[in-house]
Amino acid sequence: MSDTTSVKLSDAAIRRRMLADFWFYFRQNRGAVAGLAVFILLVLVAVLAPLIAPHDPTMQYRDALLVPPVWQEGGRAGFLLGTDAVGRDMLSRLIYGAQYSLFIGIVVVSIALVGGIVIGLVAGYFGGWVDSVIMRVMDVVLAFPSLLLALVLVAILGPGLTNAMIAIAIVYQPHFARLTRASVMGEMRRDYVMAARVSGAGNLRLMFRTILPNCLGPLIVQATLSFSSAVLDSAALGFLGMGAQPPASEWGTMLAEAREFILRAWWVVTLPGLAILISVLAINLMGDGLRDALDPKLKRS
Amino acid sequence: MIRFILGKLLYLIPTFLGITVVAFGFVRVLPGDPVLLMAGERGMTPERHAEVAAQLGFDKPIWMQYFDFLNRLLHGDLGNSLVTKKPVLTEFLSLFPATVELGLCAILIATLVGVPVGVLAAIRRGSWFDQISMTTALIGFSMPIFWWGLLLIILFSGILQWTPVSGRISLMYFFPSVTGFMLIDSLISGQKGAFLSAISHLILPSVVLATIPLAVIARQTRSAMLEVLGEDYVRTARAKGMPPSRVVGVHALRNAMIPVITTIGLQIGVLLAGAILTETIFSWPGIGKWMIDSISRRDYPVVQSGLLLIAAIVMLVNLLVDLTYGLINPRIRHK
Repeated sequence: MSDTTSVKLSDAAIRRRMLADFWFYFRQNRGAVAGLAVFILLVLVAVLAPLIAPHDPTMQYRDALLVPPVWQEGGRAGFLLGTDAVGRDMLSRLIYGAQYSLFIGIVVVSIALVGGIVIGLVAGYFGGWVDSVIMRVMDVVLAFPSLLLALVLVAILGPGLTNAMIAIAIVYQPHFARLTRASVMGEMRRDYVMAARVSGAGNLRLMFRTILPNCLGPLIVQATLSFSSAVLDSAALGFLGMGAQPPASEWGTMLAEAREFILRAWWVVTLPGLAILISVLAINLMGDGLRDALDPKLKRS
Repeated sequence: MIRFILGKLLYLIPTFLGITVVAFGFVRVLPGDPVLLMAGERGMTPERHAEVAAQLGFDKPIWMQYFDFLNRLLHGDLGNSLVTKKPVLTEFLSLFPATVELGLCAILIATLVGVPVGVLAAIRRGSWFDQISMTTALIGFSMPIFWWGLLLIILFSGILQWTPVSGRISLMYFFPSVTGFMLIDSLISGQKGAFLSAISHLILPSVVLATIPLAVIARQTRSAMLEVLGEDYVRTARAKGMPPSRVVGVHALRNAMIPVITTIGLQIGVLLAGAILTETIFSWPGIGKWMIDSISRRDYPVVQSGLLLIAAIVMLVNLLVDLTYGLINPRIRHK
């Protein structure tokens, strides 16, 4: 079958070509490249946390409570960004906090993406009453403000990081389901799907191998946006005492503990929030670049 | 048009039933015995336990409990708070105006700033104004608003001492609540300085709550304007020698507003979620803070009915947005 081999070769070539194409458009967006750089830095900080953090993030130095950052009067060289109310090193806690944020983002997006893809594929592929029932259920989930529903779910499951992640994933999942369903319905009408069906492909093969790869563009963009929302929402849950529990160095939880010192020690309040803002901003910048690079409509303009 | 509205309403019924199932299921899926959970740390005698269980209908089969729940709902009975013993609906209605006042103020700020910024950014595409405003919008969009609120408190209440830290009005003023809206009530009361006090309490929370919708509206307006400005009819209008202000103001803006109005409407859900955080930070006595307090106090009837009411409001607002969309965009209506 010389036919198949030649097709396979051109497949790989097409893929390489598409990647080069994508990178060409992505690179033109300076913000997106900056976002990507910050994100890579964030990943490095999270992975190398045990090596680069100067102190244990939960170690309490009883002789160094609320020490200001090193450049301010009273700062100490041992604590570059100062310490919190129980004498823990801010810099080390912020560094370890990056692990939490990335972990939360990855887990939430993975659960929501996989769940949403399967549900959306089933709804879009089978249509009819299956579609109606599934989409009404998704409407119900979407009728609740996401943070409120996540809060109530956490109240049911019990406060904690794992439950917060599950709750956020459940709340985000309908967005992926809707998006997948819409793209699947668009693709179903195309000739190549009919061709695959005629040549004897089963339902599962049609759904996952034939249709799904052509629906991935918008899903990737949505996944990036959900990643940043997950970081924000889990920090909000932490802030409200429903997410990661102290002494975890999750940024939102750190902010909750710092609230009573807002007028006395600016660094315990300002720094964790700044860390959240920078991470979320970097991911959103990347998302904007991805959307522009993956959207064929914008390319031509 | 009536058929259009009826169709939309019919479409909402299954969703609303789903919402009632979720709210009903909420108390049932709590791990452990809901009666004991409601009793809290102290526990209760077996007699009292049976009494409460019967009172709440937990001794009946689950489908009957659900229909009882629906029946009570249709009669406007949303249960009583375990903490204050007052009907949930009464509490909700007394706190809701505070949230509406905050939300309206926020959406007003977001629209009045967001739309002009978006239009200007689109007209001057690529200019420094476009770049700075869109960067700012992206920062606003990425903002953890609970932190943003704390920063504003540090600056305006701590360092500058311009605004109070929390509440709706200074304790110095006391007047009856007529409308529930502090701005209106303080004006009616005629007390000197009351209105200003109400405004100074409202300004920081509404700016915080407006941040994300403002960013979204500015970005959406810009992209809608850019799309419309590229259309043929705009080029035709320009070619006819129409003054640019008229081309932008009439031909482009009117059409660009259609998606923008939808965006503004869809921010209501975002606002209600944001209200939970904003009201907590500023101790604003609205439904967001009420829900959070009830969740942490394990006041389940309040959480259950509050969830139901908030979802119903979001649904109704989305319906209104849909209908407005049909009104201003005949293409949708006639599909």
